[in-house]
Amino acid sequence: MTDTPNTTGPRLSRRTLLQGAAGLAGAGAITGFPAVIAAEPVTLRYLGTAVNQSGDIARKVKEDLGITIEYIPVVTDEVSKRVVTQPNSFDIVDSEYFSLKKLLPSGNLVGMDARRIKNADKITPVFTKGEVAGRKIGDQGTAPKKVFYLEGPTSTKFAASPTEWITLIPTTYNADTLGIRPDLIKRPITSWKELLNPEFKGRASILNIPSIGIMDAAMVVEATGDYTYPDKGNMTKAEIDRTMKVLIEAKRAGQFRAFWQDFNESVNLMASGETVIQSMWSPAVTKVRSQGVACTYQPLKEGYRAWASGFGLPKTLTGRKLDAAYDFVNWFLSGWAGAYLNRQGYYSAVLETARAHMAPDEWSFWMEGKPAAQDIKAPDGTVMEKAGAVRDGGSFESRMGAVACWNSVMDENTYMVRKWNEFIAA
Amino acid sequence: MTTATERALALPEAPAAGVPAAPGLAAAARRQRRLAYLQAMPLGLVFAAFFVVPLLLTLVVSFWEYNEYEIIPAFTLQNYLDVFDGCAAGADLCTTFRTYLSTLKFCLIGWAATLTIGFTVAYFVAFHVRSAAMQTVLFLICTIPFWTSNVIRMIAWIPLLGRNGLVNDALMSLGLIRRPLDGLLYSDFSVVLAFIHLDTVFMIVPIFNSMMRIDRSLIEAATDAGATPWQTLWNVIVPLSKPGIAIGSIFVLTLIMGDFVTVGVMGGQQIASVGKVIQVQMSYLQFPAAAANAVVLLGAVLLLIVALTRLIDLRREL
Repeated sequence: MTDTPNTTGPRLSRRTLLQGAAGLAGAGAITGFPAVIAAEPVTLRYLGTAVNQSGDIARKVKEDLGITIEYIPVVTDEVSKRVVTQPNSFDIVDSEYFSLKKLLPSGNLVGMDARRIKNADKITPVFTKGEVAGRKIGDQGTAPKKVFYLEGPTSTKFAASPTEWITLIPTTYNADTLGIRPDLIKRPITSWKELLNPEFKGRASILNIPSIGIMDAAMVVEATGDYTYPDKGNMTKAEIDRTMKVLIEAKRAGQFRAFWQDFNESVNLMASGETVIQSMWSPAVTKVRSQGVACTYQPLKEGYRAWASGFGLPKTLTGRKLDAAYDFVNWFLSGWAGAYLNRQGYYSAVLETARAHMAPDEWSFWMEGKPAAQDIKAPDGTVMEKAGAVRDGGSFESRMGAVACWNSVMDENTYMVRKWNEFIAA
Repeated sequence: MTTATERALALPEAPAAGVPAAPGLAAAARRQRRLAYLQAMPLGLVFAAFFVVPLLLTLVVSFWEYNEYEIIPAFTLQNYLDVFDGCAAGADLCTTFRTYLSTLKFCLIGWAATLTIGFTVAYFVAFHVRSAAMQTVLFLICTIPFWTSNVIRMIAWIPLLGRNGLVNDALMSLGLIRRPLDGLLYSDFSVVLAFIHLDTVFMIVPIFNSMMRIDRSLIEAATDAGATPWQTLWNVIVPLSKPGIAIGSIFVLTLIMGDFVTVGVMGGQQIASVGKVIQVQMSYLQFPAAAANAVVLLGAVLLLIVALTRLIDLRREL
């Protein structure tokens, strides 16, 4: 995920903050509070994309821990830029795993002490071992297991085997695929190669984020049987040229209606019928559907392109703020937040705690791929899926288990970006 | 501003340079000159801090090396070589030339269209509308689009021009077309349309301003001398509106040259623009490469403006 709907900003308004503060002051004067809260309240500046930056989560943290979360919502690229150039401007960062290759060498992030994370050993093996239900999943690109552990707290090297120092504690992750308009396509779609099928000339789209767009293109190239990449997430210059050639040919032939850059653009393209097949993110599909337009997040036989993000701590964090950051991360893994995210179609890091906070029929719909026993509602109460609906792609195991590659930063990144600009200009 | 300062500086100097002046006079002149410097200082400082220094930094950084996560202060020409990568090969146009060519194309079309519309509107308001009150009202109407943001004015076109948009629906229900026109949106057409919508006002205002300064008796004289309305327009009004046309042109050309949002949104991200290239590089932390591109863009815009000022001596005309 890179760009996300910013629905969270306004929720944490000045008023709610003031109310919270006033309530705290008043109550404190009369009854006294536990040590953490009685002392000056801690504020954590939370840098990240808006995916996890929900007002509900901030409110709940305030309620449970007394910690004020101050969101700094920016796009993925901006997250990396901030970590590298302004490490003092945040207290906790929610970054994608693939950015780590850029972030760690800057020395601005530290490894998180696994002993202080209560549920560290319960984090899903997707991250720790690259497995789902005991089976290995695709690890091309920046698979989280490759960058999960550090050799030491301030090391800038990734450890090959598990250590006590974790780079990022996972917040959300998901498996991405193509979104389609079944009402306009009117036939089953089963392969990535359909994205460049001339049948959909002028009605296809990919995202204009070079590092992700090129991987979607690589999925297409592999699906056509043209070429099999040793690692789609880390191409050689020749492989980049080959992939870009396919894209450029398609573009010149008028295959693409438009490229999209952010969440809302992708929703509008699909909902208005400008496109019928395009790379897409799960919540965008949900949003199209909530407008009453048929849209399927189509599982494809070649598998998914996955992404994951997690919490990291800046080197500069010390004292009570550091404690508060660990408290917050522990709280995040303790279930409420996990359930909240699972209900939006993301996956959470510690599944068993999240399960405890979800109703059985919610769990069976979102995680087990079973038909909804009753209407599935969004956190704000609107109906997302009618009773009887089944989640696209099915259960956690069948979705995350079919991951083919992960969002990544290539070694030849500079060359790739230049080639991408060439593609846009073609 | 510059001319005013220069004049202020030049005047006191003249007597000092010519005949040896009385000591008192020279001191007065010096004081006056210091005063002039002081007066120009605030603007000078603002310019230095917010214009000259960042520009120099950009220039310096464009010669630096970089990797994924840091920029390294070591001299290299690689960034510029990357900008012009493949341009010497000749067979196929390289990315940079192609991008500039596309931008230049939008500049020319946008400029011609805004000039035609801008001149016509300004002419109408300045010469056809007789009452000053009505002129003011009409002029204000021209600025109404400025009440909403650029982006909103642009995005408003999308539901209109889309495949299932209002325009296509209307044309189809009128039976003029059988299948929706795809070229209305995410095409060169929609980009130019948006540019005209966004930028015409920058043409209208300076041209209108120039026209209002034209002495009406000149037009009467032309008519009395037997000129047709077209002759008057071409031989009297156009030459006298030149400064306005030049200023408006500079506005429009620089706006289109540096734009990437309009090209991005209306072109469906499928059309290259220099600004977009720079933005992509910035987002991948390739600051030196972006800086090199910015310097090249600056050079291109400067060339355009120099060419324009060759055509019209702005200072003399003002």
